[in-house]
Amino acid sequence: MLSIRDLHAQIGARKILKGINLEVRAGEVHAIMGPNGSGKSTLASVLAGREGYEVTAGSVEYLGRNLLEMEPEERAHAGVFLAFQYPVEIPGVNNAYLLKAALNAVRRQRGEAELDAFEFLALVRDKMQLMQMDESFLNRGVNEGFSGGEKKRNEILQMAVLEPKLALLDETDSGLDIDALRVVASGVNSLRGPDRAIVMVTHYQRLLDYIEPDFVHVLSDGQILKSGGKSLALELEKRGYDWVRQEARVA
Amino acid sequence: MSSQQQGLDALVAQKYRHGFVTDIESDTVPPGLDEDVIRLISRKKGEPQFMLDWRLQAYRHWLTLHEPDWAHVRIAPIDYQSISYYSAPKKKDGPKSLDEVDPKLLATYEKLGVPLHERARLAGVAVDAVFDSVSVATTFKDKLAKAGVIFCPFSDAVRDHPALVERYLGSVVPYTDNFFATLNSAVFTDGSFVYVPKGVRCPMELSTYFRINAANTGQFERTLIIADEGSHVSYLEGCTAPMRDENQLHAAVVELVALADASIKYSTVQNWYPGDEHGVGGIYNFVTKRGECRGANSRISWTQVETGSAITWKYPSCVLTGENSVGEFYSVALANHYQQADTGTKMIHIGRNTRSTIVSKGISAGRGQNTYRGLVKILPSAEGARNYTQCDSLLMGDKCGAHTFPYMEIRNPSAVVEHEATTSRIADDQLFYCRSRGISEEDAVNMIVNGFCRAVFKELPMEFAVEAQNLLSVSLEGAVG
Repeated sequence: MLSIRDLHAQIGARKILKGINLEVRAGEVHAIMGPNGSGKSTLASVLAGREGYEVTAGSVEYLGRNLLEMEPEERAHAGVFLAFQYPVEIPGVNNAYLLKAALNAVRRQRGEAELDAFEFLALVRDKMQLMQMDESFLNRGVNEGFSGGEKKRNEILQMAVLEPKLALLDETDSGLDIDALRVVASGVNSLRGPDRAIVMVTHYQRLLDYIEPDFVHVLSDGQILKSGGKSLALELEKRGYDWVRQEARVA
Repeated sequence: MSSQQQGLDALVAQKYRHGFVTDIESDTVPPGLDEDVIRLISRKKGEPQFMLDWRLQAYRHWLTLHEPDWAHVRIAPIDYQSISYYSAPKKKDGPKSLDEVDPKLLATYEKLGVPLHERARLAGVAVDAVFDSVSVATTFKDKLAKAGVIFCPFSDAVRDHPALVERYLGSVVPYTDNFFATLNSAVFTDGSFVYVPKGVRCPMELSTYFRINAANTGQFERTLIIADEGSHVSYLEGCTAPMRDENQLHAAVVELVALADASIKYSTVQNWYPGDEHGVGGIYNFVTKRGECRGANSRISWTQVETGSAITWKYPSCVLTGENSVGEFYSVALANHYQQADTGTKMIHIGRNTRSTIVSKGISAGRGQNTYRGLVKILPSAEGARNYTQCDSLLMGDKCGAHTFPYMEIRNPSAVVEHEATTSRIADDQLFYCRSRGISEEDAVNMIVNGFCRAVFKELPMEFAVEAQNLLSVSLEGAVG
C-alpha cells in the first residue's frame, strides 16, 4: 500500500529525514518509535503533505501513485488520514460542519452520494458513542476550548467517520490520561481491518499496550535503525534508545 | 407661469435635444448641478412646496461645504458637475438580453443563487421592471395596508403622506449634517418610506433592492423608517450594481426613528461593484445612516455585511435619547483587491440606562484596506449607560491592512464601557488541517472566514445569512494561493 524509498527531507537547510525506507501493506499496523527530534513527526507531516518541508531525494508510492505529487486534499480523497499531534482550533466553525464537509468531499471523490444532514447525524452519533463523546461536541467550534484529551478523541472520531485506508497517528497518546488513552485506543482498534493500514508515531511503549503493532521501527536521526516485532518495543522500554544507536554504529 | 419658469423649461428642453435626440424613452437629466436641476427633479416628481424648499436650503448649504478628508481612504477627485442627478429607465440603454451581459457577472449571480428572472433584472437587462432612481413596485403593499403599515417609494410618500414626511424628514440626519448627506438632501431621487403605526408588529420582513444601473448616474436614495410606539419592523436592504469601468458615486441617507417601546432591525447586504482586481472602476459608497431611539425602551439594531464597493464610507449610528433604549451594531466588512472600507458606528448615549453593543468583523485580503472607526459617546445625562465593543480583524496575505480607530467620550462617571479588539491571520495550520481532511483550500478559507463572522451572521434574517455567506466566498475568490 505504502512504499517509502530512500526518503530525504529538510526544513530550510536543516536535514531531518536522511534516507527512510519503509513498506506498509494493507492490514498492517506499524509503530514508529524514537527519541525526540529523530524525525517521527516530520515523516508523518511529509506523508500528509504539510507545506514547509522540502523532499530532496527518494520516493513515496501510495496505492500505485506518487504520493509526493498530490495536494493534501487529494491525499485525503485517496484515503490518507493524519491524526494531528496538535489539532488546530478553528473558532466559530462548527465541529459537525467541518466533519460533514470533509466526509462529503471524500465521498464525492469516491463517487459516492453525499450524505444529507440526517444520514450524517446518524453516522456520527454511532461513532461518537464509540469514542464516548458527548453530542454537545458537534456544536462546538472545531477544537475550540477543547482539553488535550478531547482534541485527541476528536481526531480519532474524524478518522472513524472518514474511514481512511492509511491512517497516520502522530503522537496520538501524548497528553492523554490512562482512561482517555483506553478510549482512543479502542477507537483505533475498531478501525483495524484487512483493507486498512495504520502507522503510529509514538515516543512511548505505553500506547502499544493498547494498540498492538505488527511491526516496530526505531527512527533515530532521520533513519530507521532497526525494525522488529512487538517485542522490540518492550526492549526499547527497558533499555532506552542508546543501544540501538550503538548497534547501528558498529554495523 | 413666470418668465423665469419659461426660461427654465426652454433650457431643459434644449439640453434634452442635445442629449437624447433619438431616444424618446429616455428620461435622464443632463450632467450638472444647479438650482434649476433641483427644481426640475422636484417638479418631475410632483413634490409639494415644502419639499422643494428643503432641497434648495440643502443645496445652498452644500455650496458652503467642502468634501471631508478625514477618512482612511485614498480617493480620486469627484467632479460633481459631471454627474447626472436624475435617471429614469431607458429601455434602449443596456443589454437587451442575458446573452449580451458579461458572463463574469452572470457567473457571480449564479454562485449567489439569484433566480434567473432576478439575474436579468440585476444584470441591467432592459425588462419592464424599473431600476435606478425610481423605486421598484412594492408587491405586498395591500397586505401591509391591512396592518396599517405604510411601505412605499419615498416619492409616493411625499405625495401621499406629506405630513409624516415633513414631520420626520431630516429629524435624525438634518440637511446640514455632512457634505454627502447635504448633497443627498438637495438631489435625492427616491428610496423607501416605512411607517409602522402604534402597537403594530409588521407582518413581514420589508425589503428593497437598490441598484445603480445607468452609467454616470449618482444614486442618491433616501430612506425614512418610523416605528411608532410599541411597534416592530425588520427591514432588509440588498445592493448590487453592474460593472462599469468608471467610478460611480452612491451617497444615500437612511433615517430611522423609534418611538417609545418600538424596535427597528435594519439589515444590509451591500455588494456594489467593487472594481476589478486592478482597482479600476467600482462604487464610491458614501452613506449616512443614523437611527434615533427617541422613546423610552426603544431599540435599533443595525446589521451590515459590506462586501462590495471600491470605497465604503459609512457609520450606521444610534442616538439613544429615550431612557433604557438599546442600540446595536453588527458588521462584517470585507476589503479585497484594491477595495477600501472605512466603516463603523457611533453610539450616542443621551438617556438614562441606555445600552449599546458593537460587534465589528473586518476582513482584509489582496491589497484591501479595512478600517474600523467607532465613537462611543456618553453624555452627562446618560446615567448608568453601558457599552460593549468587540472589534476583530482578519488578515489574508501580506499586502492588505487593518486599522482600528475607536473613539470614546465618556462624560458620566457611572458609565461602563468595554472595548475588546483582536487581529489575526488565517493560519497555514488551519488551512492544512482542513485540507488534510479533504476540504479544498478555497472551501477551507470560506469555512474559516464564515466562522470568524458567525457572531454577526447569526443576527441576519435566515435568507440573508445564506446570501451573505455566499457573497463572502464569491468576494474572496482567489484571495489565497
